[in-house]
Amino acid sequence: MPDADHRIYLLAGVALFAIGFYSLLVQTHLLRRVMALNVMGSGVFLVYIALGAQTPGPIPDPVPQAMVLTGIVVSVCATGLALALADRVQAATGRVELGDHEDAADLPDASPAPSEHHKGTPSA
Amino acid sequence: MMRRISVGILSLALLAALSWAVLSLPAQPKGLTEASLARLPESGVSNPVTAVLLNYRGYDTLLEVGVLLLAIVGVWSLRRGEWPAADRRDRPLLLSLLRVVLPVLVLAAGYLLWIGAFAPGGAFQGGALLGGALVLVMLGGLARRLVNRAGLLRAGLGLGVLVFATVCAITLRLTGGLLQYPPGTGGTWIMVIESAALISIGLTLGLLYLGGRPEEDT
Repeated sequence: MPDADHRIYLLAGVALFAIGFYSLLVQTHLLRRVMALNVMGSGVFLVYIALGAQTPGPIPDPVPQAMVLTGIVVSVCATGLALALADRVQAATGRVELGDHEDAADLPDASPAPSEHHKGTPSA
Repeated sequence: MMRRISVGILSLALLAALSWAVLSLPAQPKGLTEASLARLPESGVSNPVTAVLLNYRGYDTLLEVGVLLLAIVGVWSLRRGEWPAADRRDRPLLLSLLRVVLPVLVLAAGYLLWIGAFAPGGAFQGGALLGGALVLVMLGGLARRLVNRAGLLRAGLGLGVLVFATVCAITLRLTGGLLQYPPGTGGTWIMVIESAALISIGLTLGLLYLGGRPEEDT
């Protein structure tokens, strides 16, 4: 078992991943889903960096550091692309939420789907 | 509601399984520290992270620079960029701040690139700084002239992949190995790749802020 110094980071990373996973499946708003993916990614980065910090020797393992560095830049770019895609979805369907409301798909404006009671008040 | 509960249970199960997994890992993993340090003198740089990024696992970084290019090409294909609202207004404070901060940011990005060979730093950190500088420039409404030179902008975005691929071809010819630098020249190749990557990474991150293809002034 990893020592207590590193355990907290490993568990925090795992918790972030699980929180992101929950949001990814529960949230229907595309922006929230993109954010959930980012939270999951941060959890992975945290776990990996904590694993690299555990190796014996004067310096932490450089390989996880290099891979997380790459991962962060890629996740920023992937987020940019995901946001552009979400905007396209809104432009094409008038909605920014996923869901199985077939009737809502052909609404001209971005009014929230009727059955999404937990979302904000209808504005349009 | 039913869905939230079942997903919640699933997430808790995932949390438990992953926690068990990380806690059952060995306390003192051997890792790759020794292996990376052993060949460090041959890598051409003295910062092990840079050695991993651009020597041991250079192909990884090549693909990453490619991913960056794909992301910006994807965003540009999907949307037209929207200029920040500040662009159309006069922002004297931001402009005078930029006059001071911008040269410092560019200098710091160059410094990070250079220091990456010996200490924490490198093209990604420098690129992030350049990207931030570019966002400030766009907020200040100064980027339109830059964007009017679309060819230059596209060349800058592609520069990283282009130079990286060229180095791959040259090293393949010289040593028969992809990104296997001839002995003693690693530092030079790494600096060439990183300089090109710095420009591409900075431009990519900064231009993503526009959220689409910049339109030329009419």
